[in-house]
Formats: sequence, structure tokens, C-alpha cells
Amino acid sequence: MRTITNEFMRERIAAGIRNTKRGNMSYRKVIVNTGNLPNAEGSAEAIIGDTKVIAGIKVDASTPMPDTPEEGNLTTSAELLPMASESYDVGPPTPESVEFARVVDRGIRHGNIIDMSRLFIEAEKVWGIYLDLYVINYDGNLFDAGTLAAMAALATTRMPRFEDGKVIRDASMKRMQTGNIVTSCTFAKVLDKMLLDPDSAEESIAKARVTIANDGNELHAMQKGMGGSFSPAEINELISATFESSKELRGIIKKSIGD
Amino acid sequence: MKNNGIQLITNGKRLDGRTARDMRSIKITPNVVKNAAGSASIEWGNNKIIAAVHGPTEALPRHTANPDRAVVKCRYMMAPFSSSEEHGRAGMNRRAVEISKVTAEVFENVILLDQFPGTEISIYVEVLQSDGGTRAAGITCASVALALSGIPMKDLPYAVSVGKVGNDLILDLDKIEDNYSEADMPVAILPRTNSIVLLQMDGAMTKEQFKEGLAMVIESGKEISRIQKEAIRAAYQEPEKEKAHM
Repeated sequence: MRTITNEFMRERIAAGIRNTKRGNMSYRKVIVNTGNLPNAEGSAEAIIGDTKVIAGIKVDASTPMPDTPEEGNLTTSAELLPMASESYDVGPPTPESVEFARVVDRGIRHGNIIDMSRLFIEAEKVWGIYLDLYVINYDGNLFDAGTLAAMAALATTRMPRFEDGKVIRDASMKRMQTGNIVTSCTFAKVLDKMLLDPDSAEESIAKARVTIANDGNELHAMQKGMGGSFSPAEINELISATFESSKELRGIIKKSIGD
Repeated sequence: MKNNGIQLITNGKRLDGRTARDMRSIKITPNVVKNAAGSASIEWGNNKIIAAVHGPTEALPRHTANPDRAVVKCRYMMAPFSSSEEHGRAGMNRRAVEISKVTAEVFENVILLDQFPGTEISIYVEVLQSDGGTRAAGITCASVALALSGIPMKDLPYAVSVGKVGNDLILDLDKIEDNYSEADMPVAILPRTNSIVLLQMDGAMTKEQFKEGLAMVIESGKEISRIQKEAIRAAYQEPEKEKAHM
């Protein structure tokens, strides 16, 4: 049954028709909401089609990394909740969830969104930013949804204060300063076609996948996935497509953070 | 005594202005996880929880299967960002393991398990934001998710906790009350028969107080059941726009 469906999908994609009747270089409907979880210092939900990812941010006093004693640190984790897909199981992190967390982390970390040197508190004490990604429903393209949720949550994160050895979280918390807005675009290669924002059915028949994160000026993270390959020309083309498509995503983020 | 100087009740009003028998507001939204057989989210005061049901599917690993009936597996987990305090540890702690177990046992009472031999029914309760009473809210929400999954049930369980401040019993403890009250007792009930399917208690209570507390739970159950049924009904109501076309 699966084989028949896959064969049918390949034929349609070869003819330029996607399941959701959209163009090869267009997104499904993208929605970003912020501040749904006020117990967290920052929170956001990103919905792309039927994929839904929540990002929660907690800010805690922590010890600096030995190589950066005067900088704060960012810790990113991801949970592929078993409710989100029949193919996710309970248990320790899978390679899939680790890759997801690390790709989102890389875009955020290298996109200079947070100025880590501003997170210094005192000797041996810095602010730790904990970014947790929760996949509520999976229908492909986790990376872009995760990056959108993470970005919107970070941009609306309120910083606690450190007084008399205690972390104070109260109504007077101010937003953490953030710099660039980083978004990512993920493409799947099916036959010789490049599909932006693949859904889960498209991902299941894709030969290769690539995620490209940028801030509108520069690239900040890339990750090629799955068994297949891309030619240099294809990657160059996808980088151009990313700069084009990320304008729309940046607009959605800006709106969601009230900028 | 847990109470160390925080006045939880002043002139009959609790810290958030409720009387002893007032519950926090409860809102249930059906069908929030498309890939699940049934799902719902609940906002119970400041608690925000998603419950989703998968199954029945083949019970795996195979040794967990029962040839006569379905097995109910539950995972209750708190998100590391769910508390208003520090970042929590990811994954299951001993508390979550226990709550998962007693929640699964609630639903073993109501699902017609013998209709699905050899299978498992998985119930996932994810706490996104916590403010006391998450296990009760999770059970109340999971009931709706299970009903929406179409798995046959004998009843629609609900849960709420009751606690004690001084000599007063209070319904539906929030986090501060849970931390500083003298007793806390979450209860889950099958409303058709008022059978108790979950009962936990810690602290100190007299026999009479238990009786009164249980009566408060059952009384509040009318409202909780009404909200649950309303959410289930809403899931089957067509959106206004589509109606206009008919």
C-alpha cells in the first residue's frame, strides 16, 4: 500500500504537483504565537501546516563553561513527544531528536541572536539560557518550525535578576536584548525536484534533505541530511531560494514578537 | 507542619480570591494533536496540559501484551520549562513514574479492554505549564482525549484535589496552597457511579474531614463533567461557516 502511494506521489511530483497543491518553493501556512506559557521566561509555538513545535525558555544562574568564564551559555534540547507521531517512541533521546536540537542550536548560536558576554553575573556565575523544543505534532520540516519557535521565544524572553545569591523572577522582568533574526529553510530532494518545506509524506520519499539558516545577510548554519546528495549548483540555487523565502519567515517572526 | 507562616485564607478568601469551595476556571479544547487518535488540551487555572491517545496498536515489546485484553500505558511528564521557578530536568523522575502509573490505572477502570486483546492503548499527558493539581487536570483532560479517540469507555472520569488549611477544607489546590497546606488529596471519580478510581493523600486529615472532602470532590464533579462533555460535543459540531452552506 505504502509502495503504491509513494510511487503515485513520485509521479505527481515529477509532473510538478505536490500533495498540498502548492508550488515547489512555497511554504504551507506558517503561524507563530508567543507568550503562551508565562511560567517560562520565554515561549512560542510555531505551526507549519500540521507540524507544531513549542519552544520554552528558562533562564537560570549557572556556572560558565571553562573556556568562556565571562560568558553565559545556551543549552538546547528537543523532545520528539510520542504523541506527535506513531514513529516516535518513549525513551532516551534518539539520533533524530539530537540532530534536531543541534541544528536549531547552531542557527541560533552562530546567528548572534544572544550576546553571551552580557549574560555575565559575577565570577563563576553566569546566566544559562535553557531552550527546550517540544514537538507536539509531526508532519515534516521540524527544523524550520523549531528554529521559528526558538527564535520567537528567545526574542520575547524576559530576564530574571540576581540579588543576594538568589534568582528573582517577577513582573518587572525586562526583555533580553536580542540581535539578528535567524530563520531556516529546509528543502527535500525528490527525484530531481527541490521541495521547500517538505511534509512528512514528502520527507519519507526524499533522497536528501538540506537545511539552511540565515539572518537575511549571511548564512549561519547548514545541515545536509539523509542518504542522497546535492550538486554544488543545486546547493547554490537553494541558498538563493533561502534568502528569498526567509523574508516571509522573518516578517512572521517580527509580527509575533511585536517588532 | 508544612505551614510556615503563610496565611492561605484571610476572611474566608484564599490568596487568589476564591472561597474554600471554588475551583479555578477550566477550559478544554478538543483535537489539538492531529496525529493522535484523540487529543485535548486543558487550561485549568494556570496549568496548561496536552493529553493525547494513540492506539489500540500491537502491544510492544511483546512481553507486555495480554492475550485477553488491551494494556493501558500512560506517560505523564512535566516539560523542563513548565515551572515558574528553575529549569527542570528533562525526562521522567520518580514522581512522574508514579503519576503515570496511577493515571493508567484510572483508565483501566473505564476502557472496555477485552475488546482489544493483545493491544496497547497509550495515553500521553504532557504538562507544559504547572501550577498545582497537574495530575488531576491531566486525568480530566485525558478522559476527553480518550473519548475523542473513539475507544469505548464505560464512563468519563474526572479528577480534582482537596486539601486542608487549618481546619478548613479547600477545593482544587494551586501550587502555593499545595506547598503550604496541611493535607492534599487528589481524587478521580467515575461520575455515573461515584466510584473512586484514584485516591492519594498526604498530610493529616480526620475521618470526618475525609468524608467532607470527598463530598466536595463529588459536588465539584458536576461542573467538571459538564465542561468535559461540552468539549467533546464541540469536537463534533461543524464550524459556523460550513453550516451556512447547508
